[in-house]
Amino acid sequence: MQWEIVIGLETHAQLSTQSKIFSGAATAYGAAPNSQACAVDIALPGVLPVFNRVAAEKAVKFGLAVGARINRRSVFERKNYFYPDLPKGYQITQLELPIVAEGGKLRIRVGDYEKDIRITRAHMEEDAGKSLHEDFHGMTGIDLNRAGTPLVEIVTEPDMRSSAEAVAYAKVLHSLVRWIGICDGNMQEGSFRCDANVSVRPKGTETLGTRCEIKNLNSFKFMEKAIDYEVRRQIEILEDGGRIVQETRLYDPDRDETRSMRSKEEANDYRYFPDPDLLPLVVDEAFIDRARATLPELPQAMCERFIRDYALPAYDAGLLTVARELAAYFEDVVRAVGDALTPSPLPQTGEGDGDAARLNGMAKLVANWLMGDLSAQLNKDGLEIVASPISAAQLAGLLKRIMDGTISGKIAKEVFAAMWAGEGEADAIIEAKGLKQVSDSGAIEKIVDEIIAANPAQVAEYRGGKEKVFGFFVGLSMKASKGKANPAQLNDILKKKLAS
Amino acid sequence: MSLNLADVKRIATLARIAVEECEMPGYLQQLSNILDLAEEMQAVDTTAIEPMAHAQDVVLRLRDDAATEPDRHAAFQAIAPQVEADLYLVPKVIE
Repeated sequence: MQWEIVIGLETHAQLSTQSKIFSGAATAYGAAPNSQACAVDIALPGVLPVFNRVAAEKAVKFGLAVGARINRRSVFERKNYFYPDLPKGYQITQLELPIVAEGGKLRIRVGDYEKDIRITRAHMEEDAGKSLHEDFHGMTGIDLNRAGTPLVEIVTEPDMRSSAEAVAYAKVLHSLVRWIGICDGNMQEGSFRCDANVSVRPKGTETLGTRCEIKNLNSFKFMEKAIDYEVRRQIEILEDGGRIVQETRLYDPDRDETRSMRSKEEANDYRYFPDPDLLPLVVDEAFIDRARATLPELPQAMCERFIRDYALPAYDAGLLTVARELAAYFEDVVRAVGDALTPSPLPQTGEGDGDAARLNGMAKLVANWLMGDLSAQLNKDGLEIVASPISAAQLAGLLKRIMDGTISGKIAKEVFAAMWAGEGEADAIIEAKGLKQVSDSGAIEKIVDEIIAANPAQVAEYRGGKEKVFGFFVGLSMKASKGKANPAQLNDILKKKLAS
Repeated sequence: MSLNLADVKRIATLARIAVEECEMPGYLQQLSNILDLAEEMQAVDTTAIEPMAHAQDVVLRLRDDAATEPDRHAAFQAIAPQVEADLYLVPKVIE
């Protein structure tokens, strides 16, 4: 039987605030245990929650960024369960009336197709503390620093049909929350955690199969493996005539399998009710307008603009708009190279066709360097783009010299390596190392003549129709010029001389 | 709406309240009375009325985002039953 995979994701993104959602305790990561857990967070009797305005601002920003309806009035509820890292015996969350209502969506790209994933809702809630299960004389240690940290839980419709789509969605969401500055996205520190609801059904049917929830997928790689494992597990059970039990499962990366986490049926009876300690949250138009005013150009819009204005392939535009800093770096380089190439600032699309064409070719060159050499070096040294030893202006200095024919792309790699090593600006390195491309046709002709004279056998082969030998001449001539011959010119001259 | 003794046991388990077998009938009666009252109220037509989330018709006050709470874990932990390495110790949690 052909099976169809159905996946919905729930993502907990930690809202980047200074203080907790209902108390004035700090939220900084990595503090000494319980040093950031105040009377409200540890639930001493008689304390009351006081809501953090910025948590609402950031949640609203998210809702606007995905195009969802914002609930002008939202309500906090108590989700009751007992666990030692939840001192109140309930988590304050939103159920019936979340801050971000329906209507949101995120576009993903997988291989050569695009698809919208609908966002059902997003609600604010408080995080729980941490349980440390190492042995404290047979006891469990509790650190409540994280208790009360503001989260937004983002829930999708079951719109994904493969682990690749789920990962693509998680990546787009991860990029967006950082882009709009509501979450630092640090997955190792738990600032961005995904749970996947996975089910399968016979292809062509509409009814959803029984789902299992896989908890705490804290890397994209694990998400893919966990979903793939879970899908295989469910299909095997169904094909053996069994039935799936709805349950929560935990992915074990060491054994690459999911296993049942909660078996007690009643563990899921949370007895929600509106929290009497908190009044309804009302956001008015002015509040929403202020949040909207702080939104930057969004990644999807920017991606479309890159495709339109710079004639970049969708793949390139997608990669360049993964992070705001990378996109800004790209535009800085394009602008700097463009200023040098054209007398006027960046031409608009449709105006000055010659300039635009040149600019478009240039934009692709910049994109190639960013996604190629620069990304590779950053990865190798474990650096973010903002910490790049080569600034946008400096890279532009190098690319200008490729554009104006001073150096070839191959020599540029050598200059790039020297720049990375801190040897100075592109022009200075080209000068100091004598890397200027030889575009003087007389000089190239001289080299070619010598090579042809020294290799009569190969010349005869070429003239006899064995065109592959051409590469042999290119290689030798390039070597003789120490890599500095203008490649296009060299090809032309070689062809001409060999033909005669 | 009528509850039975099994419901009372389940509610007690969910709320982590130990209830003696002999107290069960009493709780059964009290809980049923509450539900009966709710049922009586549900007979009222509320179609045109917006549900309230709070008894008072006021809205939430918003606090500025500033870390204002000092570290008082030493004072808090002085009254905790067991502490080690600044952690609160609790009976082992088994997943």
